[in-house]
Amino acid sequence: MLSLYDGALDVPKILKEWYESESHSNYGAYIPFVGTVRSEDGIDGLSFDIYEPILESWYDVWQKKAQQRGAIIKMAHSRGDVMLHESSYIAAVFSPKRRVALEFIDEFVEDFKASAPIWKYDLIDNKRVYAQDRSTAIKGSGILGVKK
Amino acid sequence: MVRVEFLGPIQKDALELNITNLNELAEILQKDKELSEWLQNSAVAVNDTIVSSLDITLHDGDKVSLLPPVCGG
Repeated sequence: MLSLYDGALDVPKILKEWYESESHSNYGAYIPFVGTVRSEDGIDGLSFDIYEPILESWYDVWQKKAQQRGAIIKMAHSRGDVMLHESSYIAAVFSPKRRVALEFIDEFVEDFKASAPIWKYDLIDNKRVYAQDRSTAIKGSGILGVKK
Repeated sequence: MVRVEFLGPIQKDALELNITNLNELAEILQKDKELSEWLQNSAVAVNDTIVSSLDITLHDGDKVSLLPPVCGG
């Protein structure tokens, strides 16, 4: 389940919905990761652009990987502006036993950071500044720049 | 025509080009100095699938997207 929201995430509501949706699915472990916007470098908040067609296909690949290990994933992300101390990202893994969920949440969030087509901007003085120094080029980038 | 879209922070309007493969697109985009850094660090998708080679034939109605470095979360 991939859910995109305009603005900040309602963390208690989303975690509760996910918990209740799987409370009778016989999973022994529910491991959520909640990302919160921190105050640093004078920012007022963060802002996000998302390219949904590729995000959805990337997510489907991970859902299949989870299913192969008897687990499922859920993810929520914000579009647009998210202010300090609000949440822009929640990911969770449900699995029969805790070890799979603990390992899988780590692998999933790492690849999310490296591959999911989402762009982050700092909100500073009412301007949106691309967070280029914290961004990662997707694997295989640069092919159009190679000179013949 | 092939539609070329520049995603996220690349501030450039989409192009409609009469091209038949990605090598032709590379030649055209390399002439745009403002794009030179983006071409070095962007991934390329054809019809929403990321590709790793320029040896791909394009057809009328195809969509090519440039995806600059990402940072979700």
